[in-house]
Amino acid sequence: MRELIRKLTETYGPSGAEEQIRDIIRAEVEPLADELRVDPLGSLVAHKQGDGKRVMLAAHMDEIGVMVTYVDEKGFARFTNVGGVRTLSCVGGRVAFADGTLGVINVEQKRDNADKVPQMSQLYIDVGATSRADCPVQVGDTAVFVRPFAAQGKRLIAKAMDDRIGCAILIETLRRLKRTPYDAYFVFTVQEEVGLRGARTSAYGIDPDMAIAVDITATGDTPESMHMAVEMGKGPAIKVQDRGMIAHVEVRELLTRRAKEAKIPYQLEVLELGSTDAAAMQLVRAGVPAGCISIPCRHFHSPSEMVDEGDVENCVRLLLEVLQKA
Amino acid sequence: MILKELSDAIGISGDEGAVRAVVLDAVRPHVDDVRVDTMGNVLAFKRGTGRRSTSRGNRLRVMLAAHMDEIGLMVVGYDNDGFLKVRAVGGIDPRLLPGTLFLVGPERVPGVIGLKPVHLLDDGEDEKVLQIEDLVVDIGTKSKDEAKNLAPLGACVAFATQFRRVGPTTVSGKAFDDRAGCAALVELLRGERFHFDMHAAFTVQEEVGLRGAEVAAYAIEPDCAFALEGTVADDVPKEKDVSPTTQLGKGPAITVMDHSVISDRRLLRLLTSTAEELSIPYQFKQPGVGGTDAGAIHRSRAGVPSVTVAVPCRYIHSPVALLSLNDFDNTVRLMRESLSRITRRTLKVSE
Repeated sequence: MRELIRKLTETYGPSGAEEQIRDIIRAEVEPLADELRVDPLGSLVAHKQGDGKRVMLAAHMDEIGVMVTYVDEKGFARFTNVGGVRTLSCVGGRVAFADGTLGVINVEQKRDNADKVPQMSQLYIDVGATSRADCPVQVGDTAVFVRPFAAQGKRLIAKAMDDRIGCAILIETLRRLKRTPYDAYFVFTVQEEVGLRGARTSAYGIDPDMAIAVDITATGDTPESMHMAVEMGKGPAIKVQDRGMIAHVEVRELLTRRAKEAKIPYQLEVLELGSTDAAAMQLVRAGVPAGCISIPCRHFHSPSEMVDEGDVENCVRLLLEVLQKA
Repeated sequence: MILKELSDAIGISGDEGAVRAVVLDAVRPHVDDVRVDTMGNVLAFKRGTGRRSTSRGNRLRVMLAAHMDEIGLMVVGYDNDGFLKVRAVGGIDPRLLPGTLFLVGPERVPGVIGLKPVHLLDDGEDEKVLQIEDLVVDIGTKSKDEAKNLAPLGACVAFATQFRRVGPTTVSGKAFDDRAGCAALVELLRGERFHFDMHAAFTVQEEVGLRGAEVAAYAIEPDCAFALEGTVADDVPKEKDVSPTTQLGKGPAITVMDHSVISDRRLLRLLTSTAEELSIPYQFKQPGVGGTDAGAIHRSRAGVPSVTVAVPCRYIHSPVALLSLNDFDNTVRLMRESLSRITRRTLKVSE
């Protein structure tokens, strides 16, 4: 799976510009699915046909990024965030645009409140241009962080682990899935980072009987971190609730039951910030029983998100247990 | 001029009747069907000239939306001397309110928000940040009962600004956000039929949360959508070399991303390639600013590829805004030409 994770995390795909990452995923799932389609907002739907109830699995393929808001006379680009980008993670970083153009982010030296965390309006992207005319990027162009994938023992580090790790898990699950009593939809959604937009419309189109998101979650195991009873390496986290949803009790119990039966390590998750595609899927049409399996991820929404390979493998095993039993 | 009629009409969010009447009169002769839905949206239908269905699918359904409502105030109480207490409906900067003439309630009772004259100011009093709670509307009444009679609780309080010309190609007026979009949409309906089915939605309650557009999009179930807007132009003198958001006279402003939507890249390409082919000026709006009906429409049902095109307006969400008639004409032209080029291929996913 490592090569797959490398390929997925190193590919460009900010919210709203998921074409490149979608092509990569499409090539992976094309031989595995009975039917493939791209829905109106751009989510990729891989259908594994079955006679049973419709199950929708969702992992979002978009990643956070930055969008150019203005190019000044000297050719420096001002930008805004696409999704939850923190200015602290930006300064000194490199970003890449869709065509590969590289930019360096820095902060104004003479800014007000120089002792405080900078505002995004005080940062700029330098692509090496000297004037507006020779600047290769323009207003509306989107860039993502540049950072190579790395593995250190069981720890995997990359940009966009959120949520390419979920995409990798869905692809691997589909690859290993032999038979399922369900009519299963593996959905690689768009625009999660800007408001769970793709999952909502995809779920409307699929009209599932049950929905499960696979995403990353925060951990409480770093120095002076916020209190949270989830640790990296202790197994996939079965969501109880986050700020956007309370997981459907039956879905949560199904997930924990299957984990226990197969002796797969797991942890329960209560997240006090943020949410996932499951929150959007749950409220579609007349309501959908929804849950979420999360991969504990340190340093999320930074260019170096870290997960544990064992958690990833155990998440695939858990999904297979869920999908293969009636 | 339809823009003047629409700008002068009063229609605070939730109370859009007067604007709706202007819209209905303007579009009725040019459409095949028009109705008002339960929330008050005007939904007008103009059949396409293309074949109803082909092997490639049914005739395209294209939604064009512009919101009828404007920001304003609402009467929420009285004091014993007959002054009206008010709260904002939609996004209002209270600093813009003092010294302004208003029209209150269905009878359009004139009223003023005033401030203490400069003669009476204490030291530093003029540096205080104004809150809407500090302001009252004076309609000349002397008691609570008298005030209640003329301006019942919940009555809307609208800017009284009249539309006028300012300079050779510029006009001023209130509520260009979004009567500019409404006027552009009326112009598009007045023109020739397109080959697709055109569903025009003049929506309600955009300023309080894109509410009308949500149900309009659900009812229309379009293949793609365009929101037409009057948007922020901040091209006024600045100390730093930073974004003007949009600029007057530089053509229609196309939204790539705002708080509510990331525009569909296929529709962006359609607009920019059409503009370039015909040398119609255009600009990209500063990404990340504001939100429009496209935010509600694109999330409807299984998703609707959407984009926003706007007429740049200086000083929106204030008693008086400015726009360039050239920008208005170019917005209508860019929309008309882009729409005439739209096909199923436009929305095809490249593989």
